[in-house]
Amino acid sequence: MSKQALIDYTLHLADNTLILAQRNSEWTGHGPILEQDIALSNIALDLLGQARLYYQYAARLIGNGATEDSLAYLRDSWDFKNCLLVELDKGDWAKTILRQFFFSAYQWCLYQQLQNSKDEELAGIAVKALKEVAYHLRWSGEWVIRLGDGTAESHRRIQYALQDLWPYTGELISAAGYEQTLAAEGVIFVPSSFKDEWLAKVNGVMAEATLTLPANNWMQSGGKEGKHTEHLGYVLAEMQYLQRTYPGNEW
Amino acid sequence: MSVIDTISTERLWSVLAEVYDPEVPVLSVVDLGIVRDLKLDGRKVEVIITPTYSGCPAMQAIEWDIRTRLLMEGFDRTDIKITTVLSPAWTTDWMSAEGREKLKAYGIAPPGPTASVCDTRMFAQDEAVQCPRCGSYNTTMVSRFGSTACKAFYTCGDCKEPFDHFKCH
Repeated sequence: MSKQALIDYTLHLADNTLILAQRNSEWTGHGPILEQDIALSNIALDLLGQARLYYQYAARLIGNGATEDSLAYLRDSWDFKNCLLVELDKGDWAKTILRQFFFSAYQWCLYQQLQNSKDEELAGIAVKALKEVAYHLRWSGEWVIRLGDGTAESHRRIQYALQDLWPYTGELISAAGYEQTLAAEGVIFVPSSFKDEWLAKVNGVMAEATLTLPANNWMQSGGKEGKHTEHLGYVLAEMQYLQRTYPGNEW
Repeated sequence: MSVIDTISTERLWSVLAEVYDPEVPVLSVVDLGIVRDLKLDGRKVEVIITPTYSGCPAMQAIEWDIRTRLLMEGFDRTDIKITTVLSPAWTTDWMSAEGREKLKAYGIAPPGPTASVCDTRMFAQDEAVQCPRCGSYNTTMVSRFGSTACKAFYTCGDCKEPFDHFKCH
């Protein structure tokens, strides 16, 4: 098995969950209703837990003194392999829950495949995370429907968010070089293999939410290969400044 | 000769039954099914645990508490090993019947008897949850996420009290 491809892929999975956990955490203490503030914070916590498991695995694969902390706090933006979708600013509640829905539907499809991977560690993490993702998918999908099929204002806001976010969804179902390598070796499937399932879930919820998918099908990409938007810079600056200012500090 | 030289695995299991979940201090790590196995080799002990939720912050505290309890029992620091395994994945199925009763007595509605991954159909009807205080099934879910990631928040239509429900996982 190509070790570098496995390392890159594991980091990609870890970066996805870490960056989204950070974005969701921005709502902690600022949610529109207390119960939803708590719900989103709990989702962020689940994602962070997944991130830790992936970083710990990646650190073991890399060796050379790498730790979950060095990987999370000391890499630069061009080393991060998260999809662009997760680094975007949180926007309003509509944008946040719509982004979560797109991502949770993607994780649901991806983890269903990964739980059968011949890489035992990736499979183990996927089995665990799948149960949590089920709750994330329900929570975010139901919110999309409430807002879409809600008031004139909620509908306007989430339709706007849909225009905004749709160009970033293509990257979820396109393969980076390391994904192609691992697929060729039979460790994973290429993401396009669950494109239909993902689309079916999305279309189902969009219909119930009375939302219209944008006509324009131009898709952004690059995140999986380390080419990021300016948004990632802000996330990393806030997340990493303490470790970078006082290297090696501990509680 | 140290007391450790004659300790039995049965004794070790009952020692671990005294390590409680920091969030729900009536449940032990054995009730929860977090401790998967114990390996005793002379004076060396290995405890194999599995995490509940990926991000559960209590797992670190639980690991420290297990270590402390074993040190108190007389094991040497360097002879204690705690290994985390991910597979098979923890499920609420592993919670003992006793554990479920303790949860209920504490005021938390226990998970259903058969673990079911959350139905992903939007607005699907969930199984009715029984109020741990008055026993009524006239309950409503307020939020799918409660005071911790593993619990959902409910309110009872009869006795009007709110309560947490340990989610099926």
